[in-house]
Amino acid sequence: MDTKTLFLGDEAVAQGAMDAGISGVYAYPGTPSTEIMEYVQAAPEAGARGVHRQWSANEKTAMEEALGMSYAGKRALVCMKHVGLNVAADAFINSAITGVNGGLVVVAADDPSMHSSQNEQDSRFYGKFAAVPVCEPCSQQEAYDMVRAAFDFSEKIRLPVLLRITTRLAHSRADVVPAPARAENPLNPSSDPRQWVLLPAHARRNWAALLARMPEITALGDAFPWNRFIPGTNRQMGILAAGIAFNYLNECFPGGTCPFPILKLGQYPLSSARLATLQAACDSLLILEDGAPFIEEQLVGLFPNPVMPIRGRLDGTLPRTGELTPENVAAALGRARPEGPAVPPLVTPRPPALCRGCPHSDTYAFLKEVMSDFPAGRVFSDIGCYTLGALPPYEAIHSCVDMGASITMAKGASDAGVRPAIAVIGDSTFAHSGITGLLDAVAESSPVKLLILDNEITGMTGGQESLAFGRLESIAAGIGVDPAHIRVVTPLAKHHAENVRILREEIAWPGVSVIIARRACIQMRRKG
Amino acid sequence: MKYDMIIAGVGGQGILSIASLLGRAALNLNLHLKQSEVHGMAQRGGAVLAHLRIADQPIHSDLVPRGAAAMILSMEPLEALRYLPWLDTATGWVVTNAEPLHNIEPYPNLDAIAAEIRRLPQAFLFNADKMARDLGAPRAVNMAMLGAASTFIPLPSAALESAIVSQFSRKGETVVASNLAVFRAGRQATAALHPG
Repeated sequence: MDTKTLFLGDEAVAQGAMDAGISGVYAYPGTPSTEIMEYVQAAPEAGARGVHRQWSANEKTAMEEALGMSYAGKRALVCMKHVGLNVAADAFINSAITGVNGGLVVVAADDPSMHSSQNEQDSRFYGKFAAVPVCEPCSQQEAYDMVRAAFDFSEKIRLPVLLRITTRLAHSRADVVPAPARAENPLNPSSDPRQWVLLPAHARRNWAALLARMPEITALGDAFPWNRFIPGTNRQMGILAAGIAFNYLNECFPGGTCPFPILKLGQYPLSSARLATLQAACDSLLILEDGAPFIEEQLVGLFPNPVMPIRGRLDGTLPRTGELTPENVAAALGRARPEGPAVPPLVTPRPPALCRGCPHSDTYAFLKEVMSDFPAGRVFSDIGCYTLGALPPYEAIHSCVDMGASITMAKGASDAGVRPAIAVIGDSTFAHSGITGLLDAVAESSPVKLLILDNEITGMTGGQESLAFGRLESIAAGIGVDPAHIRVVTPLAKHHAENVRILREEIAWPGVSVIIARRACIQMRRKG
Repeated sequence: MKYDMIIAGVGGQGILSIASLLGRAALNLNLHLKQSEVHGMAQRGGAVLAHLRIADQPIHSDLVPRGAAAMILSMEPLEALRYLPWLDTATGWVVTNAEPLHNIEPYPNLDAIAAEIRRLPQAFLFNADKMARDLGAPRAVNMAMLGAASTFIPLPSAALESAIVSQFSRKGETVVASNLAVFRAGRQATAALHPG
């Protein structure tokens, strides 16, 4: 394949990884990363080659499975949204201490502005924390090229490489020219237990060796073409533009007319030698980076008098929160352009809502009716479409924090005396991070009432298979929930009275109950 | 050549397939393209938009800057107004469906919405649902919208039609023909408005 093709940023990552000779992709769906795995799943060439492309239970299992494939000498890609890297963090950080055998690239898709997320954490901190290289593309083409180079780099330096993308790149299409594909690695399992058995004695040696190599790794990374210095004629200000910030900068100076020296960055750790080139060419700095002031904080430091005036997100030149936009970058450069007409006052918000016919709306209907008898009771919910149950007309849930927190927060609240403590979780989220929390509740016979909204799919990310499909009752029974208190109901208006009765019965019982509200996602039914 | 547009509507109204068709046509013409989409939770009946940028030079930003859009194409009248700050007031067109999608309470007064749209210097408001229905293709509303907007978009009509053919070919000749008929009716509706 060498012709121009239209790729989402996510798809460019996926095609780049396939062309780099991966033998497996491991992932749990999460906006804005989902389409990477979906692209590989739909690619006939991946099927013909037998590339692994099944969803994992969560990001931690995905990361570890990919590390296992790397151990065996083959190349593996792991994909997740930014908060997924929290789930995978234990394996991710330790994979820097083991290092890799086959190339291993970890993709974290960050979501500054929280378009579809609970926070806007910046994954570049994880790269620094773990002491692994991070690359950050500015375009779909660069994403494709970087993934290919990252696999070679990973094998050269024997470390995982983190690829950080943000929503606007992940979910934007552009023309990409692919390069010839490379063959997969042969099976070649590691035979070095000292690398892989992280006993303290081994880990100390590996960690010291990793730190000793950082200057070399930094220099090698700095040589990639995505880091480059572009001289300017006006030394009043130098501009450091990382990742997609470079696009917004160029948007303000069409045709390469920027008079200021520019350091375009796409690779971390930052190279002091590279920064020195920029420092020598200007009298002040503007830092443009999407997400947190990651570079800016390193350059400004804590001393009150930095080497030169530095502007960015910390001094208010750019907003401290939210994604970069063409508008806020233009304003930071003093090149704001006039906007179109103002939005008329009659335009009201149109927030997302549960679909017409959604099974969750029938579940919330019977839950609300039962809870109206218990003003001191609380409903702890979780991550998924059903979080929309917080909004009118339902207003049926009291919390949503992180994957799996419904069950564990309900247990903690019940420990404190909240009655009834209800947990509401989807089938896929339950498989991701709910099972261990339920085990905590079972171990103490906590009076937690767990409602599993089983729509037989991962709904919010567009309908991926749920690993709990067909297994919910056996999982609950298997970890010790009394089978008499595993109830299955059908969330339909015609069963409303019966569902109200069943939930009341379970609330009256002082142990762990699991009520499975099972009806297929209406979107999946439409798709057939 | 450089053409920026916003495609607006409500999740599920076929915004991404309009964007995808335009993208396919632009790529076939060997033009550069960037098309930013909304995925995830907002697709559940919320306000959604796509940014589409076409040029014969490399394009930098994935997002259309506010004040730069030559076109706001909207599947729904209220949504056409939501993105007005993106419109290039001097040259931009708003082409919008007049048929409201009632999934919010209360939905603003429809006459007041239409008045706001008509107040714009260059706007075309028509009932694309009715046009598609009358041609026996009630699911092709977005083709009526694309047709009406295409009059102002600097891509040859033939390039758009061949993109429609390839997009729908696997659904059979009848679907291709009905989508083309609705596209042409939409294009005809605005033909008289084009200055060139």
